[in-house]
Amino acid sequence: MSATIFEKGMNGRSGSYLPPNDCPVGDLDLAAPRRGEIGLPRIGEQDLIRHYVELAGKNYHIDKGMYPLGSCTMKYNPVINEELARLPGFAGLHPAQDEADVQGALELMHRLERDLCEITGMSAFSLQPVAGAHGELTGMMIARDWFRRRAEKRTTVLVPDSAHGTNPASVAICGFTPKTIPSNDRGLIDPGALAAACGDDTAVLMLTLPNTLGLFERGIERIVEIVHGAGALVYMDGANMNALLGIVRPGAIGIDIMHVNLHKTFATPHGGGGPGSGPVGVREHLAGLLPVPRVVESGGRYSLSDDRPETIGPVHSWYGNFNVLVKAYAYIRSLGGEGLREAAENAIINANYLMKLVSERYEIAYPGPCMHEFVASGSGLKRFGVRTTDVAKRLLDYGLHAPTVYFPLIVEEALMIEPVETEKKETLDHFAGALSAIAREAQEDPDLLHKAPVTTPVRRLDEASAARSPQLCWPGGCREP
Amino acid sequence: MSYVQNTDADRLAMLERIGAASFEDLLEPVPPAVRAGAPLDLGDPMSESETAAHLRALSARNIPAGEMASFLGGGIYDRFIPATVRYVLSRSEFYTSYTPYQAEVSQGTLQAIYEYQTMIARLTAMDAANASMYDGATALAEAMLMAVQVKRIPRVVVPAALCPRYRAVLCGYAAGKGIEIEEVPWGEDGAIDPGALAAALREKAAAVVLAQPNYLGMIEDAPAVSEAARSAGSLLVVLADPVSLALLSPPGEYGADIVVGEGQSLGLAQSFGGPLLGFMATREAYIRKCPGRLISATTDLDGRRGYTMTLQTREQHIRREKATSNICTNEGLMALAATVYLASLGEDGLREVAVQSASKARTLYRMLAPLGSVTLPFGEGFFQEFVMNVSDPAGFAAAARARGVLAGIPIGDGFPALGAGAMLVAVTEKRSLADLELLRDIAAGTGGAR
Repeated sequence: MSATIFEKGMNGRSGSYLPPNDCPVGDLDLAAPRRGEIGLPRIGEQDLIRHYVELAGKNYHIDKGMYPLGSCTMKYNPVINEELARLPGFAGLHPAQDEADVQGALELMHRLERDLCEITGMSAFSLQPVAGAHGELTGMMIARDWFRRRAEKRTTVLVPDSAHGTNPASVAICGFTPKTIPSNDRGLIDPGALAAACGDDTAVLMLTLPNTLGLFERGIERIVEIVHGAGALVYMDGANMNALLGIVRPGAIGIDIMHVNLHKTFATPHGGGGPGSGPVGVREHLAGLLPVPRVVESGGRYSLSDDRPETIGPVHSWYGNFNVLVKAYAYIRSLGGEGLREAAENAIINANYLMKLVSERYEIAYPGPCMHEFVASGSGLKRFGVRTTDVAKRLLDYGLHAPTVYFPLIVEEALMIEPVETEKKETLDHFAGALSAIAREAQEDPDLLHKAPVTTPVRRLDEASAARSPQLCWPGGCREP
Repeated sequence: MSYVQNTDADRLAMLERIGAASFEDLLEPVPPAVRAGAPLDLGDPMSESETAAHLRALSARNIPAGEMASFLGGGIYDRFIPATVRYVLSRSEFYTSYTPYQAEVSQGTLQAIYEYQTMIARLTAMDAANASMYDGATALAEAMLMAVQVKRIPRVVVPAALCPRYRAVLCGYAAGKGIEIEEVPWGEDGAIDPGALAAALREKAAAVVLAQPNYLGMIEDAPAVSEAARSAGSLLVVLADPVSLALLSPPGEYGADIVVGEGQSLGLAQSFGGPLLGFMATREAYIRKCPGRLISATTDLDGRRGYTMTLQTREQHIRREKATSNICTNEGLMALAATVYLASLGEDGLREVAVQSASKARTLYRMLAPLGSVTLPFGEGFFQEFVMNVSDPAGFAAAARARGVLAGIPIGDGFPALGAGAMLVAVTEKRSLADLELLRDIAAGTGGAR
C-alpha cells in the first residue's frame, strides 16, 4: 500500500514554480471569494516524484509484457511517436490561432483523413470523436439526422448480441431503440434472422467486423444487401480493424458509417484509460453530415470550414485529440501500405497460432480460423471449482496480464484473447505455456487459483463493500509539521 | 519501419502448427469478393529517421502560441506547466497501460485517479468526482443528460454567454432525447440577466446551467442563480474554470448539484485543442446517476488498502442501453496530468496562479480602458478574461501578430450583440508586465474608437 499524496505532504513544504508577480495585486476585488483552504497537498518535489514513481511501479503496462486483452489491440506504442507528438510546433498550438500559423497541423489532419479513407474505403472522415464510443455516438447522430432530413421515421437500431456494451448505449443516447439480434450457432449474424428483424422501422444495423468473437461475418455481402434493401444504413464498429488492414476495405463492401480506434489499430497508447481517438468515416452520400469544422484544402492552403448546412454540428470543444492524431499519422507513414498489411497478417497468424496452443487445454468457443482474436472458455475448469476469474488472477502471478474476461456475454466463462502483431512467437509460446500450467494447477491444486494473485502489490480487492459504500475521496488533510 | 518481430521462419513454423499451408488459408472466412483488390496506396514505409524528418517539417510549418505572447483563451489557456507533469506523463508504466480492469496490477493508475477525484471534489467542494470525461463541452452535455434523467423534465436553461461550440455540442446531445435548450441573455454587466432567468424558469426545467466565469469572462452572481434554480425545482449545473476555484467561492458552497468543466488549465499542453480533460463532480445523492468511471478505496484479502473501479452497474459494459452514459475510454492520462499539476503547485501554488492571472488581467484592463481605440463593454467583474471591442479586429490581430502577440479570439460572429469588433482577451500568469504593455501599445496604435 502506498500512502496518498495528501498523507505525504506537510504544511510548509511546497515547491515554487512561478516568478514573482510583476503586476499589482492590491485591490483584487472578487464578488464571492473562496474562504478557507482547498485541501490540496503541500509536498516537496523529490517526494512528489518518488510518490508517482512508486505508483508507476504498481502498474502492468505494454512495455513490461504482453497485454492480450481481446478487442483492445494492445500493440507496441512506438516511442518515436511520443517524441514527435511533443514537438512544440504541435503541442504548443492554441486551437484558435490564425490558420496561417497552423498550416502544418491542418495539413497533418487533412493527410490523416485521406489515409484513413484509403485504408477503409470510406469517402470522408472526421477526426473529431475522441474515443470509440464517441465515434459510435457521432455515427448514430449522422444516421439520426440523415433519416430526419429524409423525413423517414426509423427508430430501431439492430445490434448483435456479441456487441460491445458501448454500442447499445450509444444508440440509446441518440434516441434510437436498440434491438438485439441473436448470433447463430457459428457465432455469426444469421441472415434469415436479420431479414426478419429488418423493416421500415430499422434505421441502422450496427455490427463489429470482425465481430467480438474474432470471426469475420462470412455473410457480410448478404447482410449489407438485406439492410440496404430495407432502406437502412450499415454502421461498422471498427474496434477490430487491425484484422482488416489491407485485406478488407469496409467502404468498398457497402458499409455506410464506421469508426476506427486510433488507440487500438494505429498504435497510439491507451494512457490507462485515454486519451483515445475514434475518427468517423462515411460514404459519399453522408459526407455532408460529418461534424464541423472540416479541414479543407485549396491550392496547397489548408483551412477549417463550418460551412456545411447538413452537418450534425461539432461533437467536441475543438478538433478532437490532436496529439493522438499526430502519433497515428506517424505510425501510418512508418508502416506504409505494405506495413499495415503486414501488421494485419501477423495479427491473424499470431491469433490462430495462439488459439491452436490454447485449444489443448481450453475449449475454443467457435473453432475454425479466427481473425485477430479468439474466445476460449474456462467452463471446462468449473468441475474443479475454478472460474475464469481465477484463471485471470493466476495469470497475474505469472507476471502476465489477463485476457478480457466474461465478454462477449454469449460465451460462458469467456477468455477473449488478442495477441496483436508486435508480439513474437516465443512470447506467445510463453503465454500459452502459462495458461496450460494454470489449467494443470486447477486440477491439482485449485486453491492456488482461488487465492491468486499473491505476487501483486495487493491481493483481490473487496469490490462488494466498495460498491455498497463507495469511498471516492481521501478524507484526510495535510499533516502539520 | 516495421514493429513486427516474427521472422519468416517463425511464420512458417506457426502456420505449420496451425495446419495452414499459407496465410491465405486463414482468410478462408473472408469471401473473395470482399477482399481488397489492390494494395493500400499509402506510399512506401518510412524509416524512423524519414518519419521524424517528415513530422518535424510539418511541425515547423506551425508557429505555436506557446512561443508567443498569447492572449488567446476561450477555454484553452497558455499556462506554465511544471516539468514534473511531463516527467510523470512520459513514464510508460502510466501511458502504455490499459484501463485498470485488473485492479491488482493497476494500483498505480487507480490510486492516481483516486487522488484526482479527491482533488476535483475539493476544488469544487462537492462530495465526489468521476475519473474524467472527454472535455468541457461533452462533460456539460453529459451533465445535462444526467439532470434530465434525475428530474425527468426534457428542458434545460443555459446562459447565452456560453462558448458557442459548447452550445452546439449540447444541441447535438439534446436532439436525440428531444431536450429543449433555452438561453438566458446577459445583462448590461455581462452576467446573467436575473429577470430573464426568472422568466425562463416559469416553465419547469431539469437544470439551470451556470458558467462561472461565463464565456465573456464575467463572474456570475452564483448564489442568486442557485437560489433561482432551487426555488424553481431545477438542479444547478455549474460549468467552472478550475483555476478560478482557487479564488472564487466553490460551487458546493452555493448549492451546485453537478459541477463540470474543462481541465486543460491543470497542466495540459494546449495541443491544438486536444486531448483535453472534462471533469465532473456531484453530490452524494446523485453518484449512482453519474456517467463514467469511479474509483473507490477498499481493502484486499489481507486487509491492505487498495483501489478498484466501482459502481460499474451504471456503466455501458454491464447496463448496455440502460447505462448512464456510453462513455468507456475517457481521458485517464490527462487526469493524471492534472493530479501531478495540482500536487506540484499545491494549495499555495494554485492560488498564486489564480491571483497572478486575475491581477494581470485587471492590470491590462486598466491599461486599455483609457485608450480611445478600444472599448471595454463590461466592468471589472471578470476573472482572467474580458471582452474588448476594436474597430478592425482582423487588422488589430495582424498588427499584434507581427509583433509576436496573439491578441485574443474574435467572437463577434458568435455573439452579434457584442458587435463585429468584439474580441475575447485572456491573461494568464505567464504574461509579464512587458507583454501587457506591448498589447496596450499595439492597441493604442491601431484605428480609432468604435
